[in-house]
Amino acid sequence: MSTGKRILLYITLTVSGLVMVFPILYAFLISFMQGGELLQGSFWPESFSLVNYAAAFERVPLLMYLWNSLLVSVLIMAGQLILCSLAAFAFVFIEFRGREWIFYLFISTMMIPWEATMVPNFQTVQSLGWLNSYAGLSIPFFAMAFGTFLLRQQFKTIPKELYEASQIAGISKLRFFTGVVLPVAKTTMTTLAIYSFLTAWNMYLWPLLVTNNEANRTVQIGLKQMQTQEIASDWGVVMAGVMIVILPTLILLFAGQKRLQEGLTQGALK
Amino acid sequence: MTMAQEVRASDEKKLRKREWSNFLTGILFLLPSLLLFGVFLFYPMVRTVYLSLFLTSSQGVPIVFVGWDNFFALFQSTSFQLSAKATALFVLYTVPASVLLATALAVLANQKLKGIGLFRTMFSATMGMSVAASSVIWMFLFNPSIGLFNRILAALNIPGIQWLLDPQYALLSVSIATIWMNTGFAFLILLGGLQNIDSSLYESAKIAGVSDACQLRKITLPMLSPTLFFVTTVTLINAFQTFGQIDLLTKGGPMESTNVIVYSIYKDAFINYNVGSASAQAVLLFAAVLIVTVIQFKIGERKVHYQ
Amino acid sequence: MRKVELKEITKTYDGKIDVLSSIDVTIEPGEFFVLVGPSGCGKSTMLRMIAGLESITSGELALDGKRANALPPSERDLSMVFQNYALYPHLTVEQNITFGLHVKKISKKEQKVRCEEVCEMLGLTPYMKRKPKELSGGQRQRVALARAVVTEAPLCLMDEPLSNLDAKLRAKMRSEIRQLQRKLGLTMIYVTHDQTEAMTMADRMMILSNGRVQQIGRPLDVYNHPDNLFVASFIGSPPMNLIEAEVSDSMLTADGHWVMPIPNEKKWLLREDKVMLGIRPEHIKLAKESEPGFFVQVANVEVLGTETLVTFDFGEKSQWVAKWSGQYDILPGTKLRITVDNKHYAFFSVKNGKRLDRSPIPAAVKKVSS
Ligand SMILES: Nc1ncnc2c1ncn2[C@@H]1O[C@H](COP(=O)(O)OP(=O)(O)O)[C@@H](O)[C@H]1O
Ligand SMILES: [Mg+2]
Repeated sequence: MSTGKRILLYITLTVSGLVMVFPILYAFLISFMQGGELLQGSFWPESFSLVNYAAAFERVPLLMYLWNSLLVSVLIMAGQLILCSLAAFAFVFIEFRGREWIFYLFISTMMIPWEATMVPNFQTVQSLGWLNSYAGLSIPFFAMAFGTFLLRQQFKTIPKELYEASQIAGISKLRFFTGVVLPVAKTTMTTLAIYSFLTAWNMYLWPLLVTNNEANRTVQIGLKQMQTQEIASDWGVVMAGVMIVILPTLILLFAGQKRLQEGLTQGALK
Repeated sequence: MTMAQEVRASDEKKLRKREWSNFLTGILFLLPSLLLFGVFLFYPMVRTVYLSLFLTSSQGVPIVFVGWDNFFALFQSTSFQLSAKATALFVLYTVPASVLLATALAVLANQKLKGIGLFRTMFSATMGMSVAASSVIWMFLFNPSIGLFNRILAALNIPGIQWLLDPQYALLSVSIATIWMNTGFAFLILLGGLQNIDSSLYESAKIAGVSDACQLRKITLPMLSPTLFFVTTVTLINAFQTFGQIDLLTKGGPMESTNVIVYSIYKDAFINYNVGSASAQAVLLFAAVLIVTVIQFKIGERKVHYQ
Repeated sequence: MRKVELKEITKTYDGKIDVLSSIDVTIEPGEFFVLVGPSGCGKSTMLRMIAGLESITSGELALDGKRANALPPSERDLSMVFQNYALYPHLTVEQNITFGLHVKKISKKEQKVRCEEVCEMLGLTPYMKRKPKELSGGQRQRVALARAVVTEAPLCLMDEPLSNLDAKLRAKMRSEIRQLQRKLGLTMIYVTHDQTEAMTMADRMMILSNGRVQQIGRPLDVYNHPDNLFVASFIGSPPMNLIEAEVSDSMLTADGHWVMPIPNEKKWLLREDKVMLGIRPEHIKLAKESEPGFFVQVANVEVLGTETLVTFDFGEKSQWVAKWSGQYDILPGTKLRITVDNKHYAFFSVKNGKRLDRSPIPAAVKKVSS
């Protein structure tokens, strides 16, 4: 590559990179600004004081929302990992009549937009008494076709001789699953875990429907609450809230970016 | 029965027993998923269809069977027509733009350069951003008095625009924000797709003296087509299911110009308590997604080049 | 030690094509039995049916005289070594070897003792804490062996266990496996596509082609008495030279110009119009002055150190290979006069490939007694 071309490439990369992250960066800067600064339209905060962050925690019970979000996300992540890996194991290692048929049933779930089912789902959760509960927030999402497919792809790369060797040794299916398949598929399990956590943390519509008190509200709904209370001069506080909310997922994304990229591509294409 | 037959029968019995135990184990492993799919996906889908044929109480209890009346009412209501139009436009505005932008960024970031990791991180950042957080940020950017866009316009001596309050601009504004939100995920998957392309293809092209532009057209895009296909399908389906940014940025307004279908379902079901009508809309949403998916796969089968 | 009987065993996957048909053989306790044949002929399928990993379509499998068709693999009391070794990548050598022993109700202490013993025997002691990916191909192979041995199962099945090793290591492991089998008194069923492996390791071997048994016997018997054309050309390296010959007027004529009188003891050949004639490379000799012989033109020469392979044109279409011990300096293009002792010829039917003369040819085995 010629030097000229390389410089051009770097310039294009930098400009597009800055455009892409600008909204986040700008929000970060605003989170340190006071009302007056915002009205003047300044771009750089006068000082990097944390008053807005402190105010954000006072305005709404942010700490409690964060805890709720964390709990619900971890629950969903664990639930999805367990259910998806169990199902994927059956699809790869247990042969039985009707397996194909069930597999098509799993595929068909991808065609049903979850939003189209929200009314009866709300009624179900309501009648189960799960409104404003962690169960209601997490359990409906435990089963996931995409995650099952992703793991199925991974499990299929495990040589079938490994399974046969354990059959000859008389090892039970469950023990083969926990003792061999899960440890061997650790990387893909991690990818799925990251993906599950990200999606769960960022959920919006369902928590909005099934929570109406502060004790179970998640942080995303907390943001909505903050923004609705907002008065023009308080944007700094709202942005401080935004920063707190996106911090965990951004860290997770950056740490697992390469893995996610490889894992999701694999699940998407094979 | 002869001895041999007896032996064979006992074998068969044993084998059938083992088959049966395999079946039970298999079902047991699948049961948790099947159960949840049943309760939270298949049952509500059927229930939605059922409810769409009824007049319901404000609690969502079906009262009178009305057949297709809910659907007829929908087709005649201007509100639904607006909603359908908004959804279609929203899909049109966001899907091609998101995929194009993400593809461009992925091709750009698929170079072997020092520090490319940093750029990849920047491009994928929006995948970690929740709809709520992103919407709040864009709400500020669109703010008529202190938002960035109107400040730029002011600097250029152009009168400010009511981005989210002007029916002419609101849907476009929401779409721009959505395109930004979509990019991270699409970029990440497309980059993965690009990196899966066998590098020997490029090497032989280089040896043959093929230009960069030609390589992009003749190698990159065809080999990337399965990934592009996947990303387009996912983005398309997601576009039909948009809710969060509407709820936070415009609440379906102004003048219902951004009242996309899922928001309309939400409003009918949980604010207007018209569950019958909401269910009818949900059935239509399901049909739309189904048709689009089927068409996508039909086209995909023909056009997509799988490795 | 274990006796394995296969009676009229047939296997089909799709209900149409028989992958194996009417396999009938008894493998004696303590025997090293080799299943050999080209790739795709059904060797693995047969082994996997014995292991219980594949169902038996028809026929009977008996272990120690008891019908075992429907017995699950774990109840057949056997061990198996796979071509790709099937080592658990996340476990250490030690864990790999002991994984599954708990099922047999063997105490942790006993497991450890057995594992150490086996590792000692196979020279794995220094590597017990390593993971499979930190081992060389040969070491992985040994771990696979160790895992089979540690179960103390009296029957061991191996599916091409050496095909992933380089030639030198393969030769070494051949002898090691053979010694291990003798020492432990195992009944061994060993699958390979490599006829050298079969020849060098087997007590008895079975040659399979297209799912059918071609011949069963001791290696040298098979080598000296191939039952049919397939076996003749499959066993032996370089393979037996074959040519079609016409029978007329008590003469054999091959390729128009080469003629041999039919000896008195082979008068039965006159019943045929055409036969396939075979001769092993080592039985083609340079003719001495006094001997009858015929001229051929040398096409290629490969000197291998202790022996020399000479390829020459035979008639218009075919080439024959001769194998002579010692080193020969011959230029391609040279004309040589060669001869073959009549008694070394093998005759096969052109119609079905079966061997025509069933009279025993004296085996050229030299006995060495201590
Ligand atoms: N699971 C299977 N389903 C269908 N056909 C199979 C299966 N396994 C093997 N075969 C077919 O059976 C034949 C014998 O295979 P195999 O026993 O693996 O041969 P070998 O081990 O001698 O190379 C092959 O033609 C193969 O294609
Ligand atoms: Mg095989």
